[in-house]
Amino acid sequence: MEFPFLSLIVFIPILTAIVILFLPKERGENARMLALSAMIFGLILALFVYFGYQIPEAGTPWADSLQFFEERSWIPGLGINYLVGVDGLSATLVLLTAFVGLGGVLISWSIPDRPREFFAFFMLLVAGVQGVFVAVDAFLLFFFYELAVLPMYVLIVIWGWKQTREYAAMKLTLYLLIGSFISFVAFLILYFQLPEQTFDLRVWSEYIFPLNVQLVLFLPLFIGFAVLGGIWPLHNWSPDGHVAAPTAVSMIHAGVLMKLGAYASLRVGLQILPDGTVYWMPFIILLSLVNVVYGSLIAMRQRDMKYLIGYSSVSHMGLVVMGMATLNMAGFIGAGVQMVSHGIMTALFFSVVGMVYDRAHTRDMDNLSGMSKVLPWAAVAFIVGGLVSMGMPGLSGFVAEFPIFMGVWQGNGMSYTGAFGLDPSRYYRWIAIIAIPSIVITAGYIMRAVGKVFFGEYDGEKWHDMRPVLAIDKITLLMFVAILIIIGVYPAVIVPMVSSGVAPIVERLQDAQQAATILDSVQIGASNLLSLLGGA
Amino acid sequence: MSFEPTTEWFLALAPEISLAILLVAIQVYNRVLPSSRQRQVGLMTAWGAFVILLITLGLWLFANVPGESADLSSTLMWGGMIRNDMVTLVFRVIFLFALMLTALFSVDTPRLQAVEFYALLILATIGFSLMAASSDLIMVYVALETASISSYILAGFFKNEDRSAEAGMKYFVYGAFATAVLLYGLSMIYGLTGQTGYYAIGAAVQQLPTPAEVLQTGDMQAFGILQDINGVLLIAAVAVVVGFGFKISAVPYHFWSPDVYEGSPTAFTAFVSTASKAAGFAVFIRIFTAGVFGPPGENNTWWVMLVAMTIITLTLGNLAAIYQRNLKRMLAYSSIAQAGYAMIGLVTLTQSGSGATMFYLLMYVFTNVAAFGIIVLVSNVSQSDQLEDFYGLNRRSPWLAMAMMIALLSLSGIPPTAGFFGKFFLFQATVQAGYWWLAAWGLLNAFVALYYYLTIIKYMYLYDSDQEKIAIPISLAAKIGLFVSTIAILILAIFASPAYEWTLQAAGAFYTLAGG
Repeated sequence: MEFPFLSLIVFIPILTAIVILFLPKERGENARMLALSAMIFGLILALFVYFGYQIPEAGTPWADSLQFFEERSWIPGLGINYLVGVDGLSATLVLLTAFVGLGGVLISWSIPDRPREFFAFFMLLVAGVQGVFVAVDAFLLFFFYELAVLPMYVLIVIWGWKQTREYAAMKLTLYLLIGSFISFVAFLILYFQLPEQTFDLRVWSEYIFPLNVQLVLFLPLFIGFAVLGGIWPLHNWSPDGHVAAPTAVSMIHAGVLMKLGAYASLRVGLQILPDGTVYWMPFIILLSLVNVVYGSLIAMRQRDMKYLIGYSSVSHMGLVVMGMATLNMAGFIGAGVQMVSHGIMTALFFSVVGMVYDRAHTRDMDNLSGMSKVLPWAAVAFIVGGLVSMGMPGLSGFVAEFPIFMGVWQGNGMSYTGAFGLDPSRYYRWIAIIAIPSIVITAGYIMRAVGKVFFGEYDGEKWHDMRPVLAIDKITLLMFVAILIIIGVYPAVIVPMVSSGVAPIVERLQDAQQAATILDSVQIGASNLLSLLGGA
Repeated sequence: MSFEPTTEWFLALAPEISLAILLVAIQVYNRVLPSSRQRQVGLMTAWGAFVILLITLGLWLFANVPGESADLSSTLMWGGMIRNDMVTLVFRVIFLFALMLTALFSVDTPRLQAVEFYALLILATIGFSLMAASSDLIMVYVALETASISSYILAGFFKNEDRSAEAGMKYFVYGAFATAVLLYGLSMIYGLTGQTGYYAIGAAVQQLPTPAEVLQTGDMQAFGILQDINGVLLIAAVAVVVGFGFKISAVPYHFWSPDVYEGSPTAFTAFVSTASKAAGFAVFIRIFTAGVFGPPGENNTWWVMLVAMTIITLTLGNLAAIYQRNLKRMLAYSSIAQAGYAMIGLVTLTQSGSGATMFYLLMYVFTNVAAFGIIVLVSNVSQSDQLEDFYGLNRRSPWLAMAMMIALLSLSGIPPTAGFFGKFFLFQATVQAGYWWLAAWGLLNAFVALYYYLTIIKYMYLYDSDQEKIAIPISLAAKIGLFVSTIAILILAIFASPAYEWTLQAAGAFYTLAGG
């Protein structure tokens, strides 16, 4: 039995949460120390996993690329087991979560109201998210996925922004859970199509489902998770949720939770239904295009800093889906790196906004000005985040966005008929042409925010509550900025990991595309659809 | 089949006999206790239920009663009156837990510290237990009446309080009517077959030719007779559905339940919303799978009726719950919806579906009794059961709020609670049986239900109350009750597998005989 790295990463936060709940009321101070040590320990383990992961040779099937694997029997009668393991992509995301979780604890160091409960729920949230990333059993994945949503609700509703928290928390929870329910029904139908019932994703990733089944069930399976990834037109919960959540929760929420959606739809949707993916992606790329362009245009119009970042998240998550929709290696690598880059970047943004809001008690950009005079650290961090978000070379955003656009431009070079008769070879370049200007729009709204909030006249009388940034906050900012720069300057630290993680999926998709091109068989009529629903 | 009572027959009834002894014992105990220490009677009931639970499980583990075999000849006892199989065992465990937890939660309500309350609870438990065990129309009717009459009195136990009296009266009138309809249906079945045992009836009904076969012979008179027989069977099926649909509060026989749940003593509400429902389900599954109304399957008219009822029950229960301001009423509607979930497993008519239903009922006992138990504790202080009483509960009594949150999460089916697994087993069985649309509808409803469960959580954690400083007193008995039920909710989640395999194995007893 090897050292259970992954189980510890998941269960240490849970244990910490339980211990924190048992602390007596007057020792609430200790809660944050416990939470901090749990997060530091988790980060160390995650670093160990990340750098200890041996990148497998090209062409290794996914099942063999899993490392740090653990297996225990759970509900054998239904083929459910406790299986955890990581591939290159999930190891990267585990590390991302560990960083953002640590940042979240540091940022909420002096939370005034009920710190015990706050940190306990926060620990549960981190555990749920880590659980999804390491799960190799689909049931376990759903289990942790729903486990992550509930603490979200409580954290937002209790510690959120008073004006919208009740509405936003309920909206968020219902959106996310209905999404996962839709995926779940689709998943169960697939489960009974297997020759031998199991939830082991290693089996799923090698089984080829009948074409009809794939075509019909891909959409519910993918969209259910993509709701959490913020796909248009189901992105509506996300800006509201970002705004209402307390700083640390916004960080986890935009930084990691939205990646959860993208990751789960990749792992459960794309990987097990390649033919369905190939058929639907030419349509889904259109949705992601709306995300990218519409998200950035809406961000342009915001006055509230948190809404600005919320909509910019919608736009950037659109790029992740767009990268996946290219169906080629470049796009997938870009999508993977974008998940990390955007995760760290938004966490950075939200921590800066939290600092500004704590001091100025407003997030209205028209009211703020000259903040760089009192919060130089925050200003620099925000500008670095802004540059990342524009895709400036030398920062992680470039490493992420460049391959995505390259992938879209390159297309997959194959001509076949996808959903609604869309032929990807015809218009993928147009998508690139429409999407790339969104960088300019991003530059526009980021510049505008930087200019309004951090520069301009500083009115010393208006802002009387201006404490300097705490050392602990500086550590957080420094950590995030360093990651963004390291990835930008030395992409080799992340790209091989991500590419080894997505390679098996891309291979499966390539095969499916070949099949689609040769036969052009992917034509499904209404009658075909109905007959399947009747027979399922 | 011999009618000489054997030791085995008495062993088969050991839990019920022990309950009857407990019933007498608490009366005697009540006599010797000074009137200032009447609380002890409730504690003794809880202890007694616990001991009987141990006896029941001990008999199963060490004496092999009931045995693994689901064979008719070895499980039918007392001249075919009861069937002592694994199903009976599962339901006995459900009822005994319900009795024990209810007793633990009720001991601190001063007005319930009377021997009559506990005596009637035990009597009702005997009735439920026999209902689940019986395999004969006469027996099931007698058991039903034993349980029901005790329940009517319990609902009206606060006789000086209008709402409680109304609840008792309403429960009685509805119940008596439903039972009358049921009896009418049972008499038809007897008239048709001349039998009262489920399996004898099932065998007789099996011998009926299908309409197509009769048409082939060209004998139109025989065809007419067959149609008449099938018509009468259908009417009998409807009557049985009315009678036991009332017990499980399935729509449209649910009208009594919000009023009764609201008006009755809360501890009794906890009991009736779990044990009574479970007993109804036990009878339902037994009768339908025994083939009393023809071989179980989806080509029966009653099956279509049950599916329609399931769909409506789920939806109406959840939608109505959203608008309630009284917590007991809200949970009453929620328990109507929960019955809808258990019905999803019932209508699949497969072993995994019935097993999932039994698992659901088992976890539902802990969940719902915990939720109502917390209402008992809170309303002992506030003397009402409005949602407002729960404002700021997290600041008043954080552990109580935590336990309530776990119970509510379990009701809504969010991990890491037993409810998640209960729903998961149900839905996977439903999809397996090919009714993915039913599972989808159930999931959609879970999502509606989540709204009002989350609202309660919000009230407990977010809102303020002017009584914030006053902690809610929790006695040791209630603490034990809360501990047992909360831990059970978590254990049934993390170690769901053994419990599910157990109910699944038990469900085999329904189906080894189906169609034969």
